[in-house]
Amino acid sequence: MIGKYALRFASLGYLAVLLVAPIGYVFWKTFEHGIAPAWHAVSTPDAVHALKVTLILTAIAVPANTVFGVLSAIAIVRHRFRGAGIFNAVVDLPLALSPVVVGLALLLLYGRGGWLGGHGVAFALPGMALATIFVSLPFVVREVVPVLREIGTEQEQAAATLGASWLQTFRRVTWPAIRWATAYGVVLTTARALGEFGAVSVISGRLSGQTESMTLYVQDRYNQYDDVGTYASSALLALLAVFTLILMTRLKPKEETQ
Amino acid sequence: MAANAGALPAAPEARRSLAPRLAVGLSTLYLSVIVLLPLAALSWKAHGWQAVTNPEAVAALKLSLGISLVVALVNAFAGTAIAWTLVRDRFVGQGLVNALVDLPFALPTIVAGLTLLILFGPKSPVNVDVSLTRWGLLLALLFVTLPFVVRTVQPVLFELDREMEEAAASLGAGRVATFLRIILPSILPAILSGVALAFARAIGEFGAVVLISGNRPFKTEVASLYIFGRIESGDSGGAAAASVVILGISFGVLIAIGALRRWVTRHDR
Repeated sequence: MIGKYALRFASLGYLAVLLVAPIGYVFWKTFEHGIAPAWHAVSTPDAVHALKVTLILTAIAVPANTVFGVLSAIAIVRHRFRGAGIFNAVVDLPLALSPVVVGLALLLLYGRGGWLGGHGVAFALPGMALATIFVSLPFVVREVVPVLREIGTEQEQAAATLGASWLQTFRRVTWPAIRWATAYGVVLTTARALGEFGAVSVISGRLSGQTESMTLYVQDRYNQYDDVGTYASSALLALLAVFTLILMTRLKPKEETQ
Repeated sequence: MAANAGALPAAPEARRSLAPRLAVGLSTLYLSVIVLLPLAALSWKAHGWQAVTNPEAVAALKLSLGISLVVALVNAFAGTAIAWTLVRDRFVGQGLVNALVDLPFALPTIVAGLTLLILFGPKSPVNVDVSLTRWGLLLALLFVTLPFVVRTVQPVLFELDREMEEAAASLGAGRVATFLRIILPSILPAILSGVALAFARAIGEFGAVVLISGNRPFKTEVASLYIFGRIESGDSGGAAAASVVILGISFGVLIAIGALRRWVTRHDR
């Protein structure tokens, strides 16, 4: 009996010290003197611009990776093709690869002297978008693949036997089965895109008010010793994370929770 | 029935075989442009191997590997304990705690590092200052890797058949013996898989450690910070060379996880 409570205490204590206390403290510091100073700090032109950049990057990366995710999940599960093993490993690579390496790879491809250099990709929004797409690529695929495996091909074959075209089969049979998994993948992709830092840090050149995303703005505020700005912009991103977390909990596939 | 199937018009069949090929082709093209092309450029432009073999680089890589091993080990215990608490324990607010575990996945890494730095940094309200030390590095890496082991072990623990445990208990096995002999063998592959993911993540982490580590060569400079420093000082060839080493480690870990999963599914059947 004592063992049970000791384990509960240890687990919850670990979470409290590592997660809850630091985030709670930042929220407390942000709103220590009311909402006004915090609001003021995140409504400066640079902060608003950074938020806009982040939203634009997310609005590009999420749809692109959603279409790719569904398409490639179908390719992986339904059509055994040569090199599927390598395809799988490459899809997973952004999960394990350091964001700095990603940013550098893009810089060497699109930067000065790169194979595709000189088209305004590096140190500009297109490069940042490519970086964001890269790091948030695996999530939809990874959520849709197991569901496609699970549902099998019987219903799809039945639809095809009854004369349904590929598109009809997808719309009427496959999509209804995978849409929740896709939605969950979309939420994960969004969270990753909103929070991307390392790759964007390298490829953007960090021009304040131009190529600065929200995460880069947070670092900039910290480096400028702007405490209020640091707390407020961190709290804003943390609020977005909490909102994402609520969506994640709502959409999470049932068998993963209790 | 067979006659009916044979009488189907040929046209849908032809269209069906085109669409899948299109799916494979398009997704392969997308993957090549987004992921493979930049990585090819990275490998192509890697030169100046002294950027990998100089003492600072070796120290950074060693520190990355060493601290990631510690992170993996701590996660093996903490992650399993948290998963256990979430599945086998019952208490008020359990759903909230369960949701909270995913927070490091949702929170931008720079914010994760910053919140730790604000609470456990030079202006700490609890007088614990781990900034510019390896403890700070460890704390930041533990924060961002927290969900991996919990989320791989939790479903396996949930599915676990309790009859075996009850049988062991009725035969006189103690709680520890039951755990070690009955439960652990079943959840060990999941623990290892989560640990490997945490390890891979820790090796490459940048955002969470960039502020709290202070980036001190030979002390708190991990591989990603070293690479970033090389880029900043204009040595992108050397940075690329060091990146190729990191890329190799990441790929190796992924292949190991894949092999582990295949091994587990084979032994399940």
